[in-house]
Amino acid sequence: MTGEVMSQVPLITVVTFLPLLGAFLIALTNPGRVRFIRTVALVTALVDFAVCVPLLAGFDVSTPSVQFVEKHAWIDAIGSSYHVGIDGISLFLVILTSFLTVLSIGASWTSITHRVKGFMVSMLILETGMIGVFVSLDLLLFYIFWEAMLIPMYLIIGVWGGPQRIYAAVKFILYTLAGSLLMLVAILALFFIHHGNTGEYTFDLLKLYGTAIPGGVELWLFLAFFLSFAIKVPMFPFHTWLPDAHVEAPTAGSVLLAGILLKMGTYGFLRFCLPLFPRVSLQAVPAIAILAIIGIIYGALVALAQRDVKKLVAYSSVSHLGFVMLGLFALNTQGVEGGILQMVNHGISTGALFLIVGMLYDRRHSRMMEDFGGLWKRMPVFAGFFLIVTLSSIALPGLNGFAGEFLILVGAFMKNAVFAAAAAVGIILSAVYMLWMFQKVMFGEPRDGDGEEQSAAQKHGSVFFDIGARERWILVPIVVLIFWIGVWPGFFLSRMHASVDALLETVRNANAAPVESVEEAASRGLPTLTRQLMHGGEEDSEGASQGASQEVASAMEPDTQADEGGE
Amino acid sequence: MLEHAWLILALPLAGVAGNIFLGGRLGRRFVSALSCGVVGLSFVVSVACFLELLAMQPAQRHFERHIFTWFLSGSFKVEGTLLLDPLSVLMTLVVSGVAFLIHVYSTGYMAGDSGYRRYFTYLNLFTFSMLTLVLGGNFLVLYVGWEAVGLCSYLLIGFWFQKKPAADAGRKAFIVNRIGDFGFALGILLIFRTFGTLEFGEVFSGAERLFPSGSTLITGIALLLFAGATGKSAQIPLYTWLPDAMEGPTPVSALIHAATMVTAGVYMVARCSALFVLSPLALAVVAIVGLATAVYAASIGLVQNDLKRVLAYSTISQLGYMFLACGVGAFAVGIFHLMTHAFFKALLFLVAGAVIHALAGEQDITKMGGLRSKLPVSYWSFLIAALAIAGVFPFAGFFSKDEILWETLLRRGPLVWALGAVGALMTAFYMFRLLFLVFHGTARHEGHVHAPPFSIKLPLVCLAVLSAVGGLVGAPLLFGRHFVKEFLSPVFRHVNGHVAAGTHEAGAGHFVVSELSMAVVSVSIAVLGIVLAYRFYVISPDVPQRLKERFARLYSILFNKYYVDEIYDTLFVRPLVSFATALWRHVDALIIDGAVNGSAFLVETASKVSRRLQTGGVQNYALSIVVGAIAILAFWLLR
Repeated sequence: MTGEVMSQVPLITVVTFLPLLGAFLIALTNPGRVRFIRTVALVTALVDFAVCVPLLAGFDVSTPSVQFVEKHAWIDAIGSSYHVGIDGISLFLVILTSFLTVLSIGASWTSITHRVKGFMVSMLILETGMIGVFVSLDLLLFYIFWEAMLIPMYLIIGVWGGPQRIYAAVKFILYTLAGSLLMLVAILALFFIHHGNTGEYTFDLLKLYGTAIPGGVELWLFLAFFLSFAIKVPMFPFHTWLPDAHVEAPTAGSVLLAGILLKMGTYGFLRFCLPLFPRVSLQAVPAIAILAIIGIIYGALVALAQRDVKKLVAYSSVSHLGFVMLGLFALNTQGVEGGILQMVNHGISTGALFLIVGMLYDRRHSRMMEDFGGLWKRMPVFAGFFLIVTLSSIALPGLNGFAGEFLILVGAFMKNAVFAAAAAVGIILSAVYMLWMFQKVMFGEPRDGDGEEQSAAQKHGSVFFDIGARERWILVPIVVLIFWIGVWPGFFLSRMHASVDALLETVRNANAAPVESVEEAASRGLPTLTRQLMHGGEEDSEGASQGASQEVASAMEPDTQADEGGE
Repeated sequence: MLEHAWLILALPLAGVAGNIFLGGRLGRRFVSALSCGVVGLSFVVSVACFLELLAMQPAQRHFERHIFTWFLSGSFKVEGTLLLDPLSVLMTLVVSGVAFLIHVYSTGYMAGDSGYRRYFTYLNLFTFSMLTLVLGGNFLVLYVGWEAVGLCSYLLIGFWFQKKPAADAGRKAFIVNRIGDFGFALGILLIFRTFGTLEFGEVFSGAERLFPSGSTLITGIALLLFAGATGKSAQIPLYTWLPDAMEGPTPVSALIHAATMVTAGVYMVARCSALFVLSPLALAVVAIVGLATAVYAASIGLVQNDLKRVLAYSTISQLGYMFLACGVGAFAVGIFHLMTHAFFKALLFLVAGAVIHALAGEQDITKMGGLRSKLPVSYWSFLIAALAIAGVFPFAGFFSKDEILWETLLRRGPLVWALGAVGALMTAFYMFRLLFLVFHGTARHEGHVHAPPFSIKLPLVCLAVLSAVGGLVGAPLLFGRHFVKEFLSPVFRHVNGHVAAGTHEAGAGHFVVSELSMAVVSVSIAVLGIVLAYRFYVISPDVPQRLKERFARLYSILFNKYYVDEIYDTLFVRPLVSFATALWRHVDALIIDGAVNGSAFLVETASKVSRRLQTGGVQNYALSIVVGAIAILAFWLLR
């Protein structure tokens, strides 16, 4: 296929909406045709992953600008368009999404037995939603994907989850919604501020970059975005929905939750918080770094106390994502690139851990460590995979976890040695809890469960029969990636350089420029929205629409309250 | 051959892959042949590289090869670099040579084990990792090897994972090492921030050029690196994992926990000598920690009854001597002792393995005895190794240990020397205590003594020869030349300028005489230790018992290893676990999640309350209309 033909294919649209098409096809199928439904889902996910190959191959490493751009009019009245594309920051997240979706569908092959149709439809819609979040370059479009993706995940947890699934699903969706509604308010505020500045109504992210936001307002908008993303990441102390959701979700749900959904938070910081609010972001660095470090150590310590393998992995996510945040807010090349790499790594390693826990659960119907032990003897092939994934999670050099975490530490150390040292404690602790878990599950004398698992035991000689071809083919690509990223991180880093440098440049320039005071902004005709935002409250979006249409004259009046807020 | 030095690494790695992918199908003979073969070839390549290096001018014995760019992110650039210079080639020879012998030994020792293939996979992986460690040309490649040998150590200590003590010991080893590596990693980060590179050559020349002696920054770097070394090389305060590591198969103890991996810390300190010499404080710390560990561990070794644990404490003690050598600035001597120690300590462990093998798993020396006639090869090997470690002329350990003590006397004075000499006395004593209890006297065990197979005897003989004569390469008093020191001198050329300044220079003739006389003193100390052991355990075996009763408290402190494991457990392990549990149960579940669920509860309560306003009953609405009307009226009327 020549480049010319390639450029005519709307690759991003295909990647994003192909799963939706598959879901549509499945929706038309008779729910009884389980095998056909599974096959369609898997093939759709595989084809979608295959479409990512030209995305990776055709990606131009030399330019920081967004590539594979597609832009079509959508809702002209409010200046929202269908604007999608990828750059070095989102490239690997898109690929990771389609990769993990394939594995998740594979992992659900036999473990999901009721309402298969609904499950596969949810999975594919979820994939569209997740990819949509990463490719959107229009704030409204982004927000729609962001919210849309919650619903299939809510269903996956709530319908196919464990005993406490309703509680976990409701907690997940309410907590996330609470955050994202604040973000919606901030998006609208940004929309009107931009209109006030330029007279143009637009949700286009690239146009909104560099919008001059008066000091005090910037803080509030930042906080709204921050809260939404921090819940998603999740940063300490907004993390408590995560263990519940993970423990109750079916394997596929946990994999995508940990692998992709959490990355939306960190991605959001990179794509929105840093370039939209560069000045506040810079001021927020110490606070965010401290929260990140607390998250690293706290998550690791709480993981140490767990007896439920899935919960342990969930808390370890809090710790690992703390590393990502620390890297991103080091605001230097190593930190940010390490952070992005670590997002991918965490998706792979933690996704793999959930897959592995799922395989154990399929056999023993338990997640408690004390129900396992001595599995190495029974499942030697599985043991090898589990070992590699465990080592990747504790950042053994040569494996992927190290590449990400060490770069993050380099970045953090350049910024603040004490922060880096504190974060490095997390690396010790990760070895403590992971090896503890590994020992409990794999070492010791083999023990077999009793009761309901006996039929399987009779068939295979033990409940813990070793993994078969399907499970093996799920784990092999993961192990390949673990080594690939660990040994040759340069392949991935080189595709991030341009975008990351441009992003950092933006932040630097914005902070180098003299800070615009509110009076100056007002003198350029900033609407009264500014002042209304200062007072906070839920009426902001209403007030904003009025404020934007109000005459400029009122904005010219000096506003002491806004001034105070700006300081 | 230098161009193809990558083969040294690639061969064992190919062995790992072959064992994983083919070993299961092709069976044990294939596994044995492949695993031993690749390591043997790796040794051959190392020898070729050594010879090629030897043929060059001393000043040019330095070869670097960039294989690929590993990291490139902004200014952070790390290459996959191999470095061949006298130090790394010497280490490569020792590592691949000893590893080969132990591979061969293992084919006999592990013959009946169901995890045969797994064992050799790990052992090949270890060889690859250790060689990466010594051949790495920058700090990060070194770190890769460093962590990877730790991993192999973890896997091999816990090789018999069905046994809980083995699994626990493996985990303990990994975690204690991680604590040291925390310092090491920070040291690497600080190096990068200071020098902007991690390549050895650039860092060391930069340090020499940019920093005066005693600079705080360099001291910080050196101490952080040394923290890593205390973990890997089992020094105070991070030595506790090594005695427990004896849970692993004995050949593993010989290879990893005696001859090679645990010496990585010494290698690293020697490699970074350019940094250490710039910091007198760091050097002093190295010397003090080394000396303290040497004496401390030897004192524990005096009373232990587990054959392998005595050897483990002995290893810790000998590693202390190597650090002492580095700490007094005699890096080449430290490496020399590393080399001789690799021979005789590997031999001691292998003999121990043969004995344990012969007695079907018995490790308690109080249940051995009288094995001299039944296991002659083992006996004579052990005797040679014991003479070597005790420091009896002309066995290998004499030359290296005597030189360490001599350098210590020169540079740190008689007090430090005396402490070192006390350690040497104890070494000779506990080693011959072992010899007499295991091989002499009457048999205190029952059952048949299995004769070791050829594959076990061969490595014993090879190592016995090396232990006997291996020290001659560093015997200036005999040959007038110290080959090891000469060979290593290009690597340590910057050391002399810094360290020699502190030594009291005396006349050359006076030197020779006094070094000779000190050598006599060393040998006398060793002989004294041996005689004492002979008196205690052969002539009048009731003496130890009486001493034990007389000094009951001291004995119990030593026997219980100064209670350090218990102290660590009380101070660190249990508080950490209970803190983590408290954090989870109280902070996470109650406070943080309580706040989340609490806000949901508040909303629910508020809506439950406000729901009562909307009952749907007309009477209720009528009532509230009436009440409201009355209230308004009352308000107006009574205003």
